[in-house]
Amino acid sequence: MTEPRSGLHRLLLAGEFVVTAELETTDSADPASVTVPAEGLRGKVDAVNCTDNSSAHTHIAPMATAHLLLDSGVEPVMQFACRDRNRLALQADLLGAAALGVRNVLLMTGDDVSTGDHPEAKPIYDIDSIHLLRIARIMRDEGRYLSGRPLTQAPSFLVGAVENPFAPPLEFRPMRLGKKVEAGAEFIQTQICFNLEKMRLFMARCGDLGLLDHVWLLAGVFVPRSGRAARYLRDQVPGIDVPDAVIDRMDAGSPEAQRRAGIDIALEVLDAVRQIPGVSGVHLMAIRNEDAILTVVEEAGLLPRPSGVRQPVA
Amino acid sequence: MGRARLDRRPPQTAPTPGGFRGALLLVERATKETLWDCRMCGQCILHSTGLSCPMRCPKSLRNGPCGGVLQDGSCEVVPEMRCVWVEAWEGSRRLPLWRHHMEHVERPTDWRLQETSSWENLLTRRDHHVPDGWVRAKRRA
Repeated sequence: MTEPRSGLHRLLLAGEFVVTAELETTDSADPASVTVPAEGLRGKVDAVNCTDNSSAHTHIAPMATAHLLLDSGVEPVMQFACRDRNRLALQADLLGAAALGVRNVLLMTGDDVSTGDHPEAKPIYDIDSIHLLRIARIMRDEGRYLSGRPLTQAPSFLVGAVENPFAPPLEFRPMRLGKKVEAGAEFIQTQICFNLEKMRLFMARCGDLGLLDHVWLLAGVFVPRSGRAARYLRDQVPGIDVPDAVIDRMDAGSPEAQRRAGIDIALEVLDAVRQIPGVSGVHLMAIRNEDAILTVVEEAGLLPRPSGVRQPVA
Repeated sequence: MGRARLDRRPPQTAPTPGGFRGALLLVERATKETLWDCRMCGQCILHSTGLSCPMRCPKSLRNGPCGGVLQDGSCEVVPEMRCVWVEAWEGSRRLPLWRHHMEHVERPTDWRLQETSSWENLLTRRDHHVPDGWVRAKRRA
């Protein structure tokens, strides 16, 4: 019997349909900018993602966000992008995060600096996400750095990765997921899902490859606030497939009607992905629409959360 | 040929190879840059990536595409360019051999080998250097 490494891990092992959400990142030095929204999510979702300079824009360090979340009694999923740090810095932060009590990490390549607020910056990309996944497992399972030098105490965390089933080359995406699982990914959060047909094909192919017995997959669900927000996703965020039908529905009516349409679309996607074999949960995302995440969790009948009472993990 | 001692100097600070080594570097650069827009990483995996050089990827990804590939298959960083990994996938399907190499987990890049000859590194096994932690994890996997 596998010992749970985190609260999220315990729920996944128990076969619960898990709910994670992305915390709106902050540009404030005031800790309340993290702890106040965290209070809102506590008990409503099982774990909360702290993004790492999301969309290649500078924000507060995820290490600090994760620490503030832990202080607020919320379990973090700490994100690590390969864009800003080389293998020394990434390993240092993995170890540091574990020392602070972070028990879920999510390892990714990261959006390129050219799409962010410092396009003139030097992108790092010393290693890629698959290298980082294996490095996290080397640290955890071998008790060593990549170099082979031993750690005094190995970290213990659940290792996660991302995948985008909606971007080309579509036929290769399930194989790429297989590479991530081979490298050490234990759970996956997908890119935002609107195109259910692509999602079903991806999951079916992952099933054919025998991957779904080895990894928990959380489908990414976005709650758009307005037609403008949906267009922004389609036109400004690389790799997201927003069908015209979604844009059309979001464009209709008053701001309040648009907000409601966004919640309805998210609920429909959530219900649909829940029916797909191999989907173990959902990861909810929004941009300046965090209250809507709570509405979706409630209206989807996902409350109360089994993680509502937080149990410490050794 | 025996195992050559690893030259720890980055190529920028190491003496420019002369003689046979210099000629090899020149020939490799001339042919591979012309044919595949090769970036001389010194640890060539072209045959594993459908003859699409992964170092042309602006993120230097060696294990497949990022999640930012645009819906038409172009690169998120350089939209005028087709994603290197879309081309790698298509190229790998056309190859009679090595197609399954697309599923291999490639080891981290050794940046010391930039601008050196991958042919020389292959012969001297210089490109076989893998960090000890990686070797241990691979043994377990």
